[in-house]
Amino acid sequence: MASFWSYWVIVLTVVTIVGITWILFANRKREVQPQEKTTGHVYDGIEEFDNPLPAWWFYMFVITIVWGIGYLIIYPGMGNFPGVIGWTQLGQYEQNVAAADEKYRDMRDRYLALPVEEIAMDPAVRKMGMRMFANNCAQCHGADAKGAYGFPNLTDDDWIYGGDAATIQATVINGRQAAMPAWGDIIGDKGVKDVTQYLLRLNGRDANAAQADAGETVFKTYCVACHGPDATGNPMMGAPNLTNGVWLYGGSEEQIAQTVRAGRNGAMPAFKDTLSEDKIHILTAYVYGLNKQ
Amino acid sequence: MSELNSALEHPTYNYKVVRQFAVMTVVWGIVGMLVGVLIAAQLAWPALNFDLPWVHFGRLRPLHTNAVIFAFGGSALFATSYYVVQRTCQVRLISDKLAAITFWGWQLVIVSAAITLPLGLTTSKEYAELEWPIDLLITVIWVLYAIVFFGTIAKRKADHIYVANWFFGSFIIAVAVLHIINSLEMPIALNMFKSYSIYAGTVDAMVQWWYGHNAVGFFLTAGFLGMMYYFVPKQAERPIYSYRLSIVHFWALVAVYIWAGPHHLHYTALPDWAQSLGMVMSLILLAPSWGGMINGMMTLSGAWHKLRTDPILRFLVVSLSFYGMSTFEGPMMSIKTVNSLSHYTDWTIGHVHSGALGWVAMISIGSMYHLIPILFGRERMYSISLINAHFWMSTIGTVLYIASMWVNGILQGLMWRAYNQDGTLTYSFVETVAASYPGYVVRVIGGAIFFSGMLLMAYNVYMTSRKDIEPQAAPAVAGAA
Repeated sequence: MASFWSYWVIVLTVVTIVGITWILFANRKREVQPQEKTTGHVYDGIEEFDNPLPAWWFYMFVITIVWGIGYLIIYPGMGNFPGVIGWTQLGQYEQNVAAADEKYRDMRDRYLALPVEEIAMDPAVRKMGMRMFANNCAQCHGADAKGAYGFPNLTDDDWIYGGDAATIQATVINGRQAAMPAWGDIIGDKGVKDVTQYLLRLNGRDANAAQADAGETVFKTYCVACHGPDATGNPMMGAPNLTNGVWLYGGSEEQIAQTVRAGRNGAMPAFKDTLSEDKIHILTAYVYGLNKQ
Repeated sequence: MSELNSALEHPTYNYKVVRQFAVMTVVWGIVGMLVGVLIAAQLAWPALNFDLPWVHFGRLRPLHTNAVIFAFGGSALFATSYYVVQRTCQVRLISDKLAAITFWGWQLVIVSAAITLPLGLTTSKEYAELEWPIDLLITVIWVLYAIVFFGTIAKRKADHIYVANWFFGSFIIAVAVLHIINSLEMPIALNMFKSYSIYAGTVDAMVQWWYGHNAVGFFLTAGFLGMMYYFVPKQAERPIYSYRLSIVHFWALVAVYIWAGPHHLHYTALPDWAQSLGMVMSLILLAPSWGGMINGMMTLSGAWHKLRTDPILRFLVVSLSFYGMSTFEGPMMSIKTVNSLSHYTDWTIGHVHSGALGWVAMISIGSMYHLIPILFGRERMYSISLINAHFWMSTIGTVLYIASMWVNGILQGLMWRAYNQDGTLTYSFVETVAASYPGYVVRVIGGAIFFSGMLLMAYNVYMTSRKDIEPQAAPAVAGAA
């Protein structure tokens, strides 16, 4: 803060505190008045006694003012003056985090030294991982990790980006941004319908043969680049397998057509700034172990 | 209606505008509290959102706060300030026309809010959600209100200005300043109900809570203290306890309240120095706030026996108790250590309602029961025992509401910060929501009881207004409960 504004704050604060102190003392009257003496004013029949300030109230007021001045000497408050103990909320936060790290580091470091695959079934890791999962992941993936519309199930064997430990860890650290383009304008309504029929046939469901044949051509032209010639997907690009009956955005004919027509942009947030390395390690082990219990 | 009005016309004072605002106080109280009960029920049973955007919690919550603060509370303040300024200055309002414009204009503001908020038109600034055209209308009406009020004070027949008018005056000036500065916004187009605040980021948050806390400080405290300073001594028929206490606590209250906003932003991006000043001033505010409670309570010395027979006085005295309680709780919650537990929990909502139901609503209801028979040319309200029933419903409703929110707030605060031996959090967020469910149900019950009391009031007011019905005989000892 520029020094002008710092003095501005200080002056306003001092004027306010001095002002209320003055009005408090200026209206103090020590002698006890006879109860029935009024000021002489009458308003619509209402009179006012001229009683002194209650002593306990007066002293309570004085104590809060003295306390306030003391607080502003010890803590930041008077403009740029940092207070005599140099307290800041950021410093307090960092202290608390450091204290927690100090307390738990040894325990977590023991796990950090071991590979994810090895600790995934450790009961303590599963317990800690479950608690971290409940507070960081369950909002989207569900408390049981079985996912929801638009959020993948983490307990099955289908992994959009790959289910090996290193990939899961990378997903947690950096997040993921899916990018299925909208094809409606490019392949037209007919193209969308045809490719939908083709996908239904690929999954062994009832499909119109002629449309599916036409759809195969569309697929081989536009979709192969990501989903591959056999439509089993490509984890490198986060392109899902379209042949195993797992549908992130619903598997009905209309839902599949909608995905083709309008595209999808699923997003997994990055946790590298939220959780420390050791915590991500344990969380990865928990997720890695979900489908191996 | 014209016949009724001419029959009730006071030779000196303008009672018509007071009567209009007094009746609307009851009407808007019922509407605002009904919406409150509905949204409380939505929090307990989310199916009551009906999957309709117009009745969704997110849209009805600002409708509730606007209706109870500005429609119910605002009408009560207009009614009492217009009445008190005339009675204590011994002159008629300077202009009946301007007074009438403030009445119809304020009703227009309220109706506009009731239409635009459910449609989702909002600035999203808490307690200042109304969009720019309504903000402009509020500004015009408020300036006219100031002209009528201060103009009447200027031509008063009494030498001095009564303390109630100091409080009403400070409320009118401060609310004008707060409303204009916080609502500075840029419409995206002149034919669109959408604007953006001229402030951004932390500055926006600070201006918003400077406004937000002083809406509490000046609208809901100073204004209602003005009400207290007239109706408590009137109803108790006793002089005000201490003139010098009035002076000290008035000036200290208005000087210190304006600083307290930053306590809404503890442990946020707001700079440390601003947080400290907000906390220090909030604590110093304890004594000035209690000054008003003491002056009200001690005014009853020598008249305590009247509480046994007068339920109106009970409303006024219990409202002062809740005022004292919430103005103790407020400074405590502003202490950073306490705030780190209470912030973002239901404790805050409990605190607000101990002020809103216990203080603001009960002092307004008590004042209206004093005022309405006078405005309709009656000796007293139609039924004193109904007032007594209303008093107990209000008290029980308030206690259920705030107790359930205290329990929920402390429970949430403790659950959020609980952690295991391995350093992980013990509870997920949704577990704290599930644990809050019983408190939410108790809140609905408390709110519904308070709301039902308002229906008794409406019936009582209606029967009092009927010329063909005589008031019931006062019970020997009204509700010797």
